[in-house]
Amino acid sequence: MGVGSTAVKQVGGAGGPASPTRARPDSADVRRSAWRRRLSRLDTRVTPYVFVSPFFLLFLLVGMFPLAYTAFVSVHQWGLLSGQGDFAGLDNYRRVLEDRYFWNALRNTVSIFVLSSVPQVVIALVLAGLLDTQLRARNLWRMSVLLPFVVAPAAVALIFGNVFGDRYGLVNEVLQGIGLEPIRWHVDTLASHVAIASMVNWRWTGYNALIFLAAMQAVPRDVYESAALDGAGRIRQFVSMTVPMIRPTVLFVVITSTIGGLQIFAEPRLFDTAGLGGSDRQYQTLTMYLWELGWRVRDLGMASAVAWLLFLIIVVFAVVNLLISRRAGALRGVDG
Amino acid sequence: MQTSKSRRVRLATSALLALTLATTAAACGGSDDEGTTADGKIKLTVATFNEFGYEELIEEYNAMQDEVVVEQKKAGTANEHQDNLYTKLAAGSGLSDIEAVEVDWWAALMEQADAFEDLSDPEVEGRWLDWKTEAATTDDGRLIGYGTDIGPEGICYRADLLEKAGMPTDREEVAKMFTTWDDYFEAGRQFVKKVPDVAWYDSSGATAQAMINQTEYSFEDEDNNVIAAENPQVKEVFDTVTALSEEGLSTQLVQWAEDWTASFQNDGFATMACPGWMLGVIEGNAEGVEGWDIANVFPGGAGLWGGSYLTVPTQGDHVEEAKELAKWLTAPEQQLKAFDAKFTFPSQVEALEDPGLLDHTSPFFNDAPTGQILADRAEAIEFIPHKGPKYADINTAFQQAIQRVDEGKESPEDAWQSFLADVERLG
Repeated sequence: MGVGSTAVKQVGGAGGPASPTRARPDSADVRRSAWRRRLSRLDTRVTPYVFVSPFFLLFLLVGMFPLAYTAFVSVHQWGLLSGQGDFAGLDNYRRVLEDRYFWNALRNTVSIFVLSSVPQVVIALVLAGLLDTQLRARNLWRMSVLLPFVVAPAAVALIFGNVFGDRYGLVNEVLQGIGLEPIRWHVDTLASHVAIASMVNWRWTGYNALIFLAAMQAVPRDVYESAALDGAGRIRQFVSMTVPMIRPTVLFVVITSTIGGLQIFAEPRLFDTAGLGGSDRQYQTLTMYLWELGWRVRDLGMASAVAWLLFLIIVVFAVVNLLISRRAGALRGVDG
Repeated sequence: MQTSKSRRVRLATSALLALTLATTAAACGGSDDEGTTADGKIKLTVATFNEFGYEELIEEYNAMQDEVVVEQKKAGTANEHQDNLYTKLAAGSGLSDIEAVEVDWWAALMEQADAFEDLSDPEVEGRWLDWKTEAATTDDGRLIGYGTDIGPEGICYRADLLEKAGMPTDREEVAKMFTTWDDYFEAGRQFVKKVPDVAWYDSSGATAQAMINQTEYSFEDEDNNVIAAENPQVKEVFDTVTALSEEGLSTQLVQWAEDWTASFQNDGFATMACPGWMLGVIEGNAEGVEGWDIANVFPGGAGLWGGSYLTVPTQGDHVEEAKELAKWLTAPEQQLKAFDAKFTFPSQVEALEDPGLLDHTSPFFNDAPTGQILADRAEAIEFIPHKGPKYADINTAFQQAIQRVDEGKESPEDAWQSFLADVERLG
């Protein structure tokens, strides 16, 4: 920009006052070049935004608008079938926060989230580390870890529903076969969370492993060679080099799985037939609670309030996650 | 008014869905086609649940004309079907051309009668039992549902298991043992003493439901005020069933759950309350199991459980063709075939008198005269239990309370208290 505009300025400045007869075409030239100058400035300034705008326009439409509209619904009385009612202020929020099932759902959500996300990220890291080595039929292994991801969650829930049957399920039959007590997967709170978390893990671990693998392949190989020369074993290499070097990716996976984990719906929803998360709502998650309010109690106002509360909770979790991961990285003294 | 309202609801619904479920990828089948097939025929969908016995009828309909092609969408449970119906009703699109509706939540849908086509037609006048038609007629005289089946109940039992306990197995003699609930439960106590690893009935909830269905006003009174908390009859059912569960009469399983389905193959229980349509479910779940029979009796006289209607939502693209199909499917001749297939007992007057129905026997149920038995059970019915708009929701809470006791999560007293809190919450 700097070079171009100076050149134009010089041309205009020299021709202007010296020869009045040529002033007219000249001033037209000047105008044109000024126009062009402005255009070019506009071009450099605005074009990038025009190019990225489709995403943001789409985001406004399918992201911001629903967010705002949900906020609008949440401050009104709003029936599923009867539609908009009176303005209610924060009454829906108050009713949600006073409902013991909300807190119950929050507890379940956090518990299932911890039981799924933590092992998921750890196993995915280890899996990626293994896939990053010189395996035979490497591509086959890499493809196959993604297989569970392709299966629809509803199908996963059906299969695991049978596997974790309380009385006639596969797991319990094996347990009884080796002389252990059967576990009441659908009844006991913790057991049901473990069963649901294992469905989530089964589905997402391979997917996360592939993301880690992609990041690991970008780690320069000569670093490993020098580490090997310095006498670092494979495990040492993995822990002290690979993991710190792919820290941004770990952060990304941790945050996406936080967002996904707190919104878990299909697996617990399909874990029993009534869809309320067990007889005592021992595995009703926040999204299921939202769904119950919206479609069983048929109160979209309260359901929207839950949606906003869930949104805020996720933001808090994501920020906390970010801080913890940053700190963990900083303690190891790696900049990234 | 109505349209702007429903548009707003639609907006609200989609906004909510987009916000919360965007990353969850809820696997919902989008119904997306314009309602025509590749060769230009009109495509009609019929959404049902459990077993309606429509498979062969739909093939027959497809073969007898070339204008429409009919497809059935079957939901596993009535609950699932109901959720889907409400969601798409609120969204204003996505419903099937014909939607089946069960009587338990029929009253709630009657409040949305405008969303359904008026099906009244001189041709079908007098086709159904009066009360079946009355329940589907709005105050201003629109008929929004065609009756399919009704659910007169008998007791189904495993003759081989009764024999193990040294009890009579002949269906006439068994019937004599089960005339009152007290007798039925007493027989159960005897049974579990002799055969301790088999329960007496399939589920506490199902037994409670059978008893609730014998109460004219259970959860709501005539004016649809909620009376579940005060009604002594409801409390009595709750107390009876939870006490029996502790005595070991119940499998303590939840109806329709995987374990419940599996218990048919594992000698889980000896008897169960069975409305007509349940016979089809038993035959499916207990495939290969021998010894099933049905007794011409129901404790406490008689009971009705379930039964359905076909409706035509106004949001469909081909309502005329859908009405035509609904009329055909619910005609007496067709209902008789559905009964043959899945024991859905007709609500059509003409079909009830049909010799084909009365002579119907079932090899699976030890050649029992199933047609005659169910007809007798229907005959014995003295009143139709009242089910208001909150019935289904309260019933779900009631069933969950019973389940909490079965699972040992709460004592009967605590479970009753939390049931009362749930009713309060439903408003």
